Amino acid sequence: MESKTKTNFIVNKENNTLTIKRNFNANRQLVWDCYTKSEYLEKWFAPKPLTAKTKEMDFKVGGHWLYAMIEPNGTEHWGRTDFTEIQPIDYYKSLDGFCDENGKLNPNMPRAKWHVTFKDLNQQSQVETVVTYNSLQDLETVIQMGMEAGLNSTLERLDELLVSLTK
Amino acid sequence: MKRDVFQAIADPTRRAILLLIAAQALTPNALAEEFDISRQAVSKHIKILNECELLEQQKVGREIFYQLKIDKMKEIDQWLEQFRQLWEDRFNQLDELLITIKNKQHGK
Repeated sequence: MESKTKTNFIVNKENNTLTIKRNFNANRQLVWDCYTKSEYLEKWFAPKPLTAKTKEMDFKVGGHWLYAMIEPNGTEHWGRTDFTEIQPIDYYKSLDGFCDENGKLNPNMPRAKWHVTFKDLNQQSQVETVVTYNSLQDLETVIQMGMEAGLNSTLERLDELLVSLTK
Repeated sequence: MKRDVFQAIADPTRRAILLLIAAQALTPNALAEEFDISRQAVSKHIKILNECELLEQQKVGREIFYQLKIDKMKEIDQWLEQFRQLWEDRFNQLDELLITIKNKQHGK
């Protein structure tokens, strides 16, 4: 399956970083809101067919977003993002993690550092996300978990979705 | 213990070995000469790479030559491709959301 993609995705296997760049057709403030307000995050952060729901959101340094990704059969996977640095509407840094529904982190699951930068680009906005894992195996653990949570069907649906969006 | 390609590339010496044997088939001795570490240490890395099924062995006389199994390395890219698509899906949802919000703001 080879589709024309709008996302620039660079993997640096030596530094264990993923750099993901994407332009959005909206002003920077709006895109920033979509990344930092739970009512918006819930609408896009969980890849279909998963849905996201928020239990706690405190977007400030030292605060966190506690959320669940829910499978169609009702199984919940809890995640927590701790905000470590915020510079509206330029960038924020955070630390992700897997946890239980009370936000207690699972020490067996790896955490990754996120650095998300927002820029104006003509009439659009560009978001660059750099995710740093401690090791490539950490990254693999995260993916496998995602796959178990039913993301395979996402891949099957992707072509369909792309067609409907480019109409 | 079951190993996979990710363990192979987790170590800088093993990445260097992979690069060397991708260019040409080499004997363990020839490989060891490329590094400042002991021969035993190099053999240990070769053993791990072998367990990861990344090495093709050819016997020429009494010597064993190691070469890279390219197909196995492709697994890494295939796996990363799945991850890339996950992000693509996420961002497409964000595109839709932005359109929805903008329409609301314009009172449509």
